[in-house]
Amino acid sequence: MLWSSAVRKAALGALGAVCLGAADAGAYPIYVSNEKDNTISVIDSDKMEVIATWKVGRRPRGVTLSLDGKWLYVCASDDNRVDVVDTATGQVVRNLRSGPDPELFILHPTGNPLYIANEDDNMVTVVDVETNRLMAEVPVGVEPEGMGISPDGAILVNTSETTNMAHFIDTTTHEIVANVLVDARPRYAEFSADGKRLWVSSEVGGTVSVIDPDSREIIKKIAFEIPGVTKEAIQPVGVRLTKDGKKAFVALGPANRVAVVNAETFEVEKYLLVGQRVWQLAFTPDEKLLISTNGVSNDVSIIDVAAQKVLKSIKVGGYPWGVVVGPK
Amino acid sequence: MLCALVIGFPLVLPAWAQMPQRVDIRIGLVTRQPPPPPLYEFDPVPEDEGLAGARLAIRDNNTTGQFTGHRYVLQEETLEEGQDAVAAAHALVAGGVGFLAVDLPADELLAIADAVKDENVVIFNVRAPDDRLRGADCRANVFHIAPSRAMLTDALAQFLAFKRWRRLFLVVGPQPGDKLYAEAMKRAARKFGLVIAAEKPWEFGPLARAKADSPTTAEALTFTQNLDYDIAVVADEAGDFGDYLPFRTWDPRLVVGTQGLIATTWHPTFEVWGAAQAQTRFRRNANRLMRPRDYQVWMAVRAIGEAVTQTKATDPGGVRDFMRGADFGLPAYKGVSLSFRPWDQQLRQPLLLVQPRFLVTVAPEQGFLHQRTPLDTLGFDQPETACRIQQ
Repeated sequence: MLWSSAVRKAALGALGAVCLGAADAGAYPIYVSNEKDNTISVIDSDKMEVIATWKVGRRPRGVTLSLDGKWLYVCASDDNRVDVVDTATGQVVRNLRSGPDPELFILHPTGNPLYIANEDDNMVTVVDVETNRLMAEVPVGVEPEGMGISPDGAILVNTSETTNMAHFIDTTTHEIVANVLVDARPRYAEFSADGKRLWVSSEVGGTVSVIDPDSREIIKKIAFEIPGVTKEAIQPVGVRLTKDGKKAFVALGPANRVAVVNAETFEVEKYLLVGQRVWQLAFTPDEKLLISTNGVSNDVSIIDVAAQKVLKSIKVGGYPWGVVVGPK
Repeated sequence: MLCALVIGFPLVLPAWAQMPQRVDIRIGLVTRQPPPPPLYEFDPVPEDEGLAGARLAIRDNNTTGQFTGHRYVLQEETLEEGQDAVAAAHALVAGGVGFLAVDLPADELLAIADAVKDENVVIFNVRAPDDRLRGADCRANVFHIAPSRAMLTDALAQFLAFKRWRRLFLVVGPQPGDKLYAEAMKRAARKFGLVIAAEKPWEFGPLARAKADSPTTAEALTFTQNLDYDIAVVADEAGDFGDYLPFRTWDPRLVVGTQGLIATTWHPTFEVWGAAQAQTRFRRNANRLMRPRDYQVWMAVRAIGEAVTQTKATDPGGVRDFMRGADFGLPAYKGVSLSFRPWDQQLRQPLLLVQPRFLVTVAPEQGFLHQRTPLDTLGFDQPETACRIQQ
């Protein structure tokens, strides 16, 4: 049978859309950025296997999703832009202005704008994801990375790795209203769902600071101790809190473990052994599974949240960095 | 005298950053102009080596300082040949400098340290690797950022022990530093179970700088004959002949030491633990690659910034006391927090083992353990120190 080339392209395109990255109905799509491969691995949460690999810009690190799950935003650090990927096709459909070296970002709870940490430029860039307009550039400390936003969207928190501060930024004026000094190399900031607690991890300091966002005081510094693991190897990075405010999960870098913390008493309850150099974490929307990116072993670990057990590790691309999970 | 005053804070200061009074912290850097390079030198020492690291660290400190109310000011003194280092240091201190990074050899460092010992000044040794500065000749007002020869050779010896390349052929250059390096290597060999299988002085001149063949090269070719060893260790701190050895040994043997595989604090191919950010930030500011001495001066100025930020105090004496303590930590792109050993005020730090175009490993090597921190497997430990710092 002879197809015209246009028909053939259209047919292959449609086929591609089906094969590329559409998780089965009922499963969540898990998106993992591979820093060294310039790709996104897509994992089906039920099958627990990679179902697609998408090409994106250079050195993809932070990833997040639009509220409806249709657009995947990817920090293409070495291309100095944010790629917007259509999650139905796996194609980069447009780019957002990001400022130089975007590393990690967070969406406003309403889905717009996007707040981007420019690691090389001591700046937080605010960009409208619809119009691609730069709304503000906020000068912050040296090597900004961690980005958290209060549930009401009023306060943005950026952590600067070499200045060792959590900067509180008013999202209406785009000005810093407070700075909280934390331990060395803060990597990640996460608000509790009720907005009453802010968790900031310090990679080199080896601690997680729990901050009261109202008084901007540190109310607890959580330290970690693992038998047989040197203090130096315990390097907290990613932090995720359950919506009910009961549990926190902290990725401990080259300690190769995720700590389970009681978010009410701040006691460390358990350490889950995952892959090597675990950095970022993401829940499935139902919070039944937690996924960790293990940069050195080039895999992700799937954790059963209720059972506090690692179910499986899944090989992805080179140096998996960020992870985000879409809706069903 | 070349003199410059650099205040490297960001150009745009938003309204909230304009605190009524920012406290000045004045940091001096004393260094000496490198001798002019020979007719053709493919990789000349940049005139701003070290200085460029200080300037970047001042910018980094001031980015933080705008939030904490501190302003870091760098005062650079680049000495010309024959110019007195002590007089320059005195002038800086008289001008209000409370912290002094000294990028000079051991004798000049000691002269400065003794000359200002009654002043409220803290000194950072960013260059001299001499073990005696951390031992019998240690000074209470001097912190050592540069790794000692003992640390450099321990780092290599750990790697050789790990590889089981145990029998060393030591090739020792004619300079005093070369002999000290060889002594340090012998100590490291004893410490980590290696054997000095052979040792020879290098007597063929600076062949690595020679531009043509000469009768001495033929002698040098037979220099490594009839020896039984696993690996050659070259002691040539000036870089006069060490690069001549690889591929010219009689037997197929690798070369480590001051050339070949070396232990150092920084390297252009080093990118993990956030180092890539420091590399690009430095390159953008200085228009060249970051060198170990740039990094060491950067660490000195950043250590001051860290201590001031963490204690909110700017008095040099107070900063000194804090830096000696267990609560001080300097993040410096090495994956762990760096601190000072209280017994000799040497900065504990991982060291990079590199060949010219690649990072081979990072010391301390896996499996070398210590009751305090693995970092204390490098250099002189507390029980063996000859330093008696008066408290």
